Amino acid sequence: MNSTLEFLSFSDPNVRFVVIGTMILGATAAMVGTFSFLRKRALVGDAIAHSILPGVCLSFLISGEKDPLWLILGAIISGWVSLLMIDGISRTTKLKNDTAIGIVLSVFFGAGILLMTMIQHSGNAAQAGLDKFLFGKAASLTQDDIMVFSGIGIALIVIVLALYKEFKLVSFNPDYAKVIGLPVKFLEFLLATITILAVAVGIQAVGVVLMAALLITPASGARYWTDRLGKMIIIASLFGAVSGFIGSYISYIAPSMPTGPWVVMALSVLAIGSIWFAPKRGVFSKLKLSWQNRDKILTENILKLFYHLGEDEGDFEKPRSFKQLLTSERFKELELTKGLKMLKKNNLLRKKGETWFITRSGFKEASRIVRLHRLWELYLNQRLKLEPDHVHNDAEAIEHIITPEIESLLEKELDRPTIDPHRSKIPYPTE
Amino acid sequence: MKNIALETHNLTVSYNRRPVLWNVDFELPSGQIIGIIGPNGSGKTTLLKAIMGLVKTSSGYVKIFDQDLDDVRDRVSYVPQRESVDWDFPASVMDVVLMGRYRSSNLFKKISQKDKDIAAEALEKVGMLEYSGRQINQLSGGQQQRVFIARSLAQGADLYIMDEPFVGVDAATEEAILNLFSEMKKEGKTVIVVHHDLQTAKAYFDWIVLLNTRMVAAGPKEEIFNEELLQEAYGGKLNVLSKVGELVREKDFPIREK
Ligand SMILES: Nc1ncnc2c1ncn2[C@@H]1O[C@H](COP(=O)(O)OP(=O)(O)O)[C@@H](O)[C@H]1O
Ligand SMILES: [Mg+2]
Repeated sequence: MNSTLEFLSFSDPNVRFVVIGTMILGATAAMVGTFSFLRKRALVGDAIAHSILPGVCLSFLISGEKDPLWLILGAIISGWVSLLMIDGISRTTKLKNDTAIGIVLSVFFGAGILLMTMIQHSGNAAQAGLDKFLFGKAASLTQDDIMVFSGIGIALIVIVLALYKEFKLVSFNPDYAKVIGLPVKFLEFLLATITILAVAVGIQAVGVVLMAALLITPASGARYWTDRLGKMIIIASLFGAVSGFIGSYISYIAPSMPTGPWVVMALSVLAIGSIWFAPKRGVFSKLKLSWQNRDKILTENILKLFYHLGEDEGDFEKPRSFKQLLTSERFKELELTKGLKMLKKNNLLRKKGETWFITRSGFKEASRIVRLHRLWELYLNQRLKLEPDHVHNDAEAIEHIITPEIESLLEKELDRPTIDPHRSKIPYPTE
Repeated sequence: MKNIALETHNLTVSYNRRPVLWNVDFELPSGQIIGIIGPNGSGKTTLLKAIMGLVKTSSGYVKIFDQDLDDVRDRVSYVPQRESVDWDFPASVMDVVLMGRYRSSNLFKKISQKDKDIAAEALEKVGMLEYSGRQINQLSGGQQQRVFIARSLAQGADLYIMDEPFVGVDAATEEAILNLFSEMKKEGKTVIVVHHDLQTAKAYFDWIVLLNTRMVAAGPKEEIFNEELLQEAYGGKLNVLSKVGELVREKDFPIREK
């Protein structure tokens, strides 16, 4: 555990650079990627990542050094050229957008690899840093890199904050933005530019292949936690930063482990975790909701049974044995046991020896359900002109979901009826 | 004739060189509820997009209140087809309606309280105020349509151009929209609505444009609703026209001699 402490103390400046650097990268890529995700442009991030390579190599050849600023400038230019070409191809030919992306991506990447090989064979000593644009090498981040990354990161945040509402509209409904006179071309240009910037920086940590994941994965996970764009951006950026931290930590305690892939691994775990466990939208909470519904239906049906038995015999308070309950309705034994236990816990039923009976609040609840059932049957019968023998099954389901508001609407619309289509009495609370 | 709200002059629009609107030429009066009627694929959406400057026109021009669109943007409002956006976008009803308050002049600025009040008022008019915090994908189709209309109302325009607002909406929404129209008419606004259902058109609108790739007829509804014209718009295909359209595409022929 010593190395963990060492890592967390940040006493080693190199650790500091790597951790801060990857966290900035992760967060900015996630922020920008949220817009790519919402504009359904996931593939474009991939295209940019592949297309900046020739720009980086050319700028290295021209400037002769690996000053991060020069390299990023080259990256921006070739990223832009590739986007213009994709746009041009899909506009002037009949090729689909994804085909155009594929063509541009492979041509640019091929050219990049060619240039990279040339540089490597030229024996230029400084070239060692270039291949991080290919595979990503977070562990080699220096103070200079951090300065550049922070500068770019801040610039991106400022742009997104300043034009937040316009970016929102352009992502949601670009035609409308155009019609009300917003400079949509300019806004789209800016969105593309910040994507290129985020890619040019992020790629140095995770490499070409994983870059698209750094853009898109945080947003896809964050979407599960919120229905608001602002929160979604913040959550995605947190995911990006946390993954950057985890990635650099793992490669610190296990030096043979690469940072970039672990960043993406962490991101994927966060995204998959979100899909499962996020409240409301997550798979798990959807399951939970359906379990809760099942329990509600079960317990309400048991209460209803008590009511029906009491109604038949003219005695609602009479104790019932488990066996009687089991034989008089379609419950399974296990189900009934579970339902009785839940009802007892909520003080709707009470157990005395081996028999069960209904409490005062249980009776109130039971008559509410029976009332809803019969009101609904009557409604179907009177308003939708369904035959009395066709309304029962529908009411069996609907009785469990009718809210008090709908109940009072039903009562009003049917003029507080007392008899249902099967001539049973509709029970109302007595007060 | 009274004041002209919208004029299209010899408007022609093509996709991939195939013309989908030919020489559409009409003048629509202001202060009326106007229906643009035609079967599916007859170019209604394209016509609206051409009016709003969203598609390139091959020839002709559009005048709104006798001016170019760019000079009267603040007086025109557009309600796109409901299916043209992804309703799963992370936004609330209020977020969407507030978009009607965005201007190129408030770029970089935050939405003001006054804008919020205007948006709330617009939501009230379509009976959706109590839904203002709701996520937009939790709305029914009719409610989504009303949100789009509220966004457009929030713009405070004089001319409203709506693409199929009655498609897939419930009876309550239909009624709400119709009431709104007559209220708008009272305030002197002009409403132009794309609609494909002939059955209801006569009841909904004062003035009608029949469209089927070309303009079949335009005028007060009493003049338009006769067998011959309807047959022309809805009956049969416009064989010669669509054949020529195909030819133009195949031969890569210029639609106008420049
Ligand atoms: N973006 C497009 N590219 C090519 N063809 C299109 C495009 N949009 C519409 N069309 C074609 O133009 C014709 C008119 O379409 P549209 O204006 O949507 O009709 P409507 O709204 O009356 O149903 C149709 O044949 C349609 O297939
Ligand atoms: Mg249409």
